Amino acid sequence: MHVLEKILARASGKDKVTTGEIVNAKVDFAEVNDLYLQTIYSFYEMGGNKVWDKDKLCFVFDHYAPTPTIKAAQSHKEMRKFVEEQGLTHHFDINAGVCHQVMPESGVVWPGMILVATDSHTTTHGAFGAFGTGVGATDMATIMISGQLWFRVPEVINIEINGNTQPGVMAKDVILHVLGTLGSDVAVYKAIEFTGTYIDDLGVAERMVICNMAVEMGAKTSYMKPNQKVLDYVHNRSNKEFNLLETDPDFEFAKTYSFEISNLCPQVAMPHNVDNVISIVDVPKVKVDQAFIGTCTGGRIEDIEEATKILKGKKINPTTRLIIIPASNEVFLEAMKLGYVKELVKAGATFSTPGCGPCLGAHEGVLAPGEVCVTASNRNFPGRMGSTEASLYLASPATVAASALTGELVDPRLLLKEDYAYETSNG
Amino acid sequence: MKLVTGKAYVYGNNIDTDQIYPGRYLDLVDPMEIGKHCMEGADASLVKKLSPGDIIVAGRNFGCGSSREHAAISLINAKVSAVVAESFGRIFYRNAINLGLSVLVCSDITKKINNGDILEVNFLEGYVKNKNSGEVIQGEKISDYIRDIIDSGGIKPLFKKITSNQG
Repeated sequence: MHVLEKILARASGKDKVTTGEIVNAKVDFAEVNDLYLQTIYSFYEMGGNKVWDKDKLCFVFDHYAPTPTIKAAQSHKEMRKFVEEQGLTHHFDINAGVCHQVMPESGVVWPGMILVATDSHTTTHGAFGAFGTGVGATDMATIMISGQLWFRVPEVINIEINGNTQPGVMAKDVILHVLGTLGSDVAVYKAIEFTGTYIDDLGVAERMVICNMAVEMGAKTSYMKPNQKVLDYVHNRSNKEFNLLETDPDFEFAKTYSFEISNLCPQVAMPHNVDNVISIVDVPKVKVDQAFIGTCTGGRIEDIEEATKILKGKKINPTTRLIIIPASNEVFLEAMKLGYVKELVKAGATFSTPGCGPCLGAHEGVLAPGEVCVTASNRNFPGRMGSTEASLYLASPATVAASALTGELVDPRLLLKEDYAYETSNG
Repeated sequence: MKLVTGKAYVYGNNIDTDQIYPGRYLDLVDPMEIGKHCMEGADASLVKKLSPGDIIVAGRNFGCGSSREHAAISLINAKVSAVVAESFGRIFYRNAINLGLSVLVCSDITKKINNGDILEVNFLEGYVKNKNSGEVIQGEKISDYIRDIIDSGGIKPLFKKITSNQG
């Protein structure tokens, strides 16, 4: 069996599970975000009274932090009441950050667990060797009542990534390249394990970027074998004791795709689909109105650091807005401590509350018709960040920062060279 | 939800949940209000044209992207009776089944149906009959587990039974 199958077998009280089988598995932790007031309504509608385990369920207020509308404020109000009445141990209000960042930070994510959240990007937690998957409101309400969810045991495909990236090329570029090559439906109903020499020694943040975008290929969940960096991260934040599971030597992947990324250029997903990916060197001249660094994909300290490297001591193009939203308050504090916030604000960046920001078109930087945004987030669907007539280009935080500086989509490698003196239009 | 007849509205691949239900309306909770914005990001004129029972036909990966249950709620409350697609985003598929929206996987369906054709969809048997051409297109049959959910009228009645037995 694969590790993911062993996780499902353990959670459903079986010795063995096979592909295609439907199992009822115990959920180790569940999270509801603030788009999902419906979850509470469904919970009561189905006869729910007390949640199955007050230590294993939390709400994270990230999509509407702080609330942009009266209706969203009402949702937060009703959710806070529910959290209080149920006596939930963990609660993350508007001063926390994006769920996929604050859950690992707070120590509720560990290798071998099943984590279910009302958010498609729950595949992120494959970075920690967890089985993470997203559901809708009603599925979540069934978990809140029973502590269980039905799963079809997925086929597992292997995406093997070998080599080392060049300076200026980030994990986001790697996953965009994979996505562009394999397409946005290659893993529908399937699980993805990422393997290869690139993954073996990869840092926690970069692993999270890659697993986060697995859902853009349709994946139910993703997995990476935890390395020492992941184990250190988890041990520093959690007292949970766990056994590291291993895939059996005779396990065969449904399919293996191999990539060599040593010569990879920065990548861009052009409007309006996540798999419409080309190399930055092939991108035509595109004037950028807004540049955005943030979200569960591109708002970590490593991303803000990369932007600082490019923008320190410079000014962004006066016709471009740069919005930076740290993925969590912890990331925000770290960015302050390291001086990044000061440098970026001096360069002309606008900082906003940790959370999802404009990624899903709710607030904090939605776009007008005809506007162009280059973004470190994860989706460029029509209307995702506001007007359906706006255009979104997905890229790495380095590419976003470089584009904010020049006012057009640009290869960040040009700006990371120490001797590079870019002349902005204001001198 | 077992046998429905309606007019087909045909769309392409990768109709994601942001197109089915744009993010700017995510703070709505009234199902009828949610229904008014159905498919607005893909085809803002659709809601005005729809008659009760009409059917959405789409290519690969319908409902990919965000997990928002509003997508399925909006289709149900816009009176769409079924969605037939070449494949579905997994979370959307689960949401639809849970809420009792017929969703049928049928390969190459977009090549066999024209916009405006009248279709009969038999969800339990897994086929689509094009009443204009007479062609019967066999899709995938649902699993027994999903059949149980459907026979109960969705996941909510199924769970109600469980919780009331416990109570």
